[in-house]
Amino acid sequence: MIRIALLVAGKDLRIERRSRVLLWQVLPFGVMALVLCGLALGPNHAGNSSAGPGLFYLVMLLVTLLMINRSQVIEGSPGTRASVATLGLDPAGVFLGKALALAVELWLMSIVLLGGAVLLLHTQFSGTLKALPSVLVIVTALAAAGTLYGALSGGGQGPATLLPVLSFPAFAPLLIAGERSYFDALHGGALWQWWLISLVALAAYLAIGILLYGVLEES
Amino acid sequence: MSSPSLVVELHDAVVLVGGFPLLAGVNLDIERATLSVITGANGAGKTSLLRLLGGLVPLSSGTGSASGVDLKSGDLRELRRRVGWLGHEGSFYDDLTVRENLSFAAKALGRPTDDITRVLERVGLSSRADTQAKRLSAGQRRRLGLAWLLLRRPEMWLLDEPYATLDDEGRTFFDQLIGDVVASGASVIVSAHDPLRSEALAPRTITLAGGLVADDQS
Repeated sequence: MIRIALLVAGKDLRIERRSRVLLWQVLPFGVMALVLCGLALGPNHAGNSSAGPGLFYLVMLLVTLLMINRSQVIEGSPGTRASVATLGLDPAGVFLGKALALAVELWLMSIVLLGGAVLLLHTQFSGTLKALPSVLVIVTALAAAGTLYGALSGGGQGPATLLPVLSFPAFAPLLIAGERSYFDALHGGALWQWWLISLVALAAYLAIGILLYGVLEES
Repeated sequence: MSSPSLVVELHDAVVLVGGFPLLAGVNLDIERATLSVITGANGAGKTSLLRLLGGLVPLSSGTGSASGVDLKSGDLRELRRRVGWLGHEGSFYDDLTVRENLSFAAKALGRPTDDITRVLERVGLSSRADTQAKRLSAGQRRRLGLAWLLLRRPEMWLLDEPYATLDDEGRTFFDQLIGDVVASGASVIVSAHDPLRSEALAPRTITLAGGLVADDQS
């Protein structure tokens, strides 16, 4: 399972590096969304507003949806799906590999967008740095849940509009925990309960994905 | 119970997708190590039959086996490992190079990647080894698909309209390679709009119409 996971993750990341969709399409979109959030807050409120963490996670949600769709489209051609199906890959390994590749992409994206939040939303640098580990855990859980729901919504062959609707109930607790932990990191609150929720959610989505990804692929 | 000399046995095989019968009761036996060509008009069920034999769509009713695996109660994942699929729309990752695509397939199967150079030479793609698949011509993409199958060495080859968009040289190359594959003991089932030109291959030609076998000529 681990061998297949690393193989699939390596393949997805290589395709991403080659196609540069993340760099030239998703990243500019995320930065533009952050700029608009900064403009919406205005110069007088940006540094003092408590909306910064929520706006950061709103942008991360939009970016995550784009990246999940992209991750599924890679496998989307019927010929490719049939060919790869005849390789008989372990579905749990495929799930872990795709989730790992998506997580790596989201880690990079979240680091850039956290820098953007400091610059454009004027969130405190030290508090943002303190929030970084929790952000990485949250986006990893988003990657796991997103890979599962990406397959559920048609695996790149179904309508792209279905993914946000289906995945929202799974993403909502993660986004709330992420926003709260970022807020507490900025304002000196306790972080451990949000860490706990994030880690439990991550473990749960990984376990569900390992168990169900094969069933979703078959359907 | 399937006969060991048969690679395909179908009895009243029905495939339904969304309630629509893609195959409406196919009866068919195919011997091992033979070449069979499935012909028929668009929508006759050629691709659906290949997908059924590859374990890519479930058997809705009837009985059957492919490559020794029961299509009703057997492990379809195991069947897929035994077959090779070449679709007419391209069967690999466009952003990866020719060599990377083959390396992915070899590693997925736990096989050494040493064979890749030999296989590329066999299909005439050595000079394109480091070219992205999306930059290949239609004929070269077919050759990459064949290289993928040669690397895997499946028991049963399922080729969905492999001659589409091929020129004369490409068709001749395909005919030669298919002949070699059959001679090596694998079974090849090809879907095509028209019967094969090559008389040397002497294939069995099965004509489908409306999801049923309309004609069967050895």
